[in-house]
Amino acid sequence: MIKVENLSKTFGSKRAVDDVSFEVRKGEVLGFIGPNGSGKSTTMRMITGFYPPSAGKVSVCGFDVSENPIAAKEKIGYLPESAPSYQEMTVLSFLNFAAEMRGLRGDERRKAVRRVVETCHLDAVLGQTIDTLSKGFKHRTCLAQSIIHDPEVLVLDEPTDGLDPNQKHEVRTLIRRMGETKAIIFSTHILEEVEAMCSRAIIIDQGKVVANGTPDELKARSERAGAVLVTLHGTNVETVKERLSGIAALGHADVLQAQDGRVTVEAFPSADAGAEREALAGRIAEMAIRENWKIEQLKTEEGRLEEVFRSITMPDTDIIKGVA
Amino acid sequence: MRTWPVIGTIAKRELAAYFESPVAYVFLVVFLLLSGFFTFSLGGFFELGEASLTSFFTWMPWLFLFLVPAVGMRLWSEERRLGTIELLLTMPVSTWQAIVAKFLASWAFLAIALALTFPVVITVNWLGDPDNGVIIAGYVGSLLLAGTFLSIASLTSALTRNQVIAFILALMLCLLLILVGFAPVTTMLSRFADIWLVDTVASFSVLTHFEGFQKGVLDTRDLLFFFSVIVFSLFTTGVVLRSHRAG
Repeated sequence: MIKVENLSKTFGSKRAVDDVSFEVRKGEVLGFIGPNGSGKSTTMRMITGFYPPSAGKVSVCGFDVSENPIAAKEKIGYLPESAPSYQEMTVLSFLNFAAEMRGLRGDERRKAVRRVVETCHLDAVLGQTIDTLSKGFKHRTCLAQSIIHDPEVLVLDEPTDGLDPNQKHEVRTLIRRMGETKAIIFSTHILEEVEAMCSRAIIIDQGKVVANGTPDELKARSERAGAVLVTLHGTNVETVKERLSGIAALGHADVLQAQDGRVTVEAFPSADAGAEREALAGRIAEMAIRENWKIEQLKTEEGRLEEVFRSITMPDTDIIKGVA
Repeated sequence: MRTWPVIGTIAKRELAAYFESPVAYVFLVVFLLLSGFFTFSLGGFFELGEASLTSFFTWMPWLFLFLVPAVGMRLWSEERRLGTIELLLTMPVSTWQAIVAKFLASWAFLAIALALTFPVVITVNWLGDPDNGVIIAGYVGSLLLAGTFLSIASLTSALTRNQVIAFILALMLCLLLILVGFAPVTTMLSRFADIWLVDTVASFSVLTHFEGFQKGVLDTRDLLFFFSVIVFSLFTTGVVLRSHRAG
């Protein structure tokens, strides 16, 4: 439903977005992650028709945003960064305005407003002017505006920014629910959100797409993906190390903790382990049973998105080891 | 086509926004007080001894010079400062529709302000027997003059996020449009310039074109002048707004 092809945007000599291409289908929630100033908002502004692209094209539900902006914009609901709204209006009049702008009149309008007021829990503040509201309410008012016409495409720029944990949870649930029937793009720099809500994630850095995949695929790119964390009882560091070195698939092992006959080791599969990679945890378990050690915990790391994110967007710093 | 409903929706919101803030009422009171003061005190309404609103309309350009930029300065600078421009222009509306809608709303507000001066019309009709056709022409001219200044304010407010700067720029441009046809200035100019040059320069002045209306003459050339300034300024507003986003 959203198709972005070779999209670029330059401001003066600065290239804010550089040859970005991706697609979002119906029923997909695409998470847009990247450091501040990486071009997330600029890309979203081009998708919603606010910025004309310097090169490339965007189409929404088959309508080219540059050539047929009105038709494209009718299909989109947009929550801009920092959730702007007309401060002197009441929440109700603001939502009425948004509904009318979307061509909803009379009964249709009343129904739409009632629906978003319920969805975004705004009934308590309907009669208040927006400038008297707390940040959470302001944010939800703007979010309500973006879904008032039940759009097929939703573009949300940092939808959970400035919300408290409960509100964040609510917005995430909402996005996940709407994601079943719409095409959604949202940006964030909270990585757990990507894991919680997205069916796909794109990492963007310095205007370029540097990674594109499901959260699991991205996590698998982490160096720790496939590493086995094990805590054993009734042994000592030397024996564990010695026995471990007998396992073929093992690359290297780091001892994380060792005291009172209790050893915690993180074992990394070797680079050429191939199919044996997945079997590493099993091999270690077999070994422990053979040696009659008690296994306190044994788990295969999925990899961490945060690590992937940092290793991709800050390749020069060796944080992966540092974190461990 | 949903052009007019959309323009109507934006204009309605915009006009309501004036009355939701105390600024509108302050403006109306100041406008009415000043127009009264200019008419009766500076204009010498009673001393003139004629049943007309000459003293009322003569001062209108000078009154509008300060008040219209004050009304128009927030048109786009406020939207840009608050970021609501992003909200507005990503709704299914084109930039020119938004510009026209916001302009019409402010113009309607100024029309309301003008309409509220009706007591002077009643007064002059009660005191004497004026030519009401001339008075109507005067009002039409005033409204066009207000629209012209307003379109300039729309342009300057698109240039900056800062309302004060928008106000000052609009005031300077409007002042220029007044001064090139202001009698003391044209007299001074004619001392060292040819008469045709002075006339050409003066033909760009709102004063020159406003004069006809005060006499009760609706000249197409005057109408054309006001409308072309309005169209030009609004068009340029669009160019400026687009250039901010073009990068």
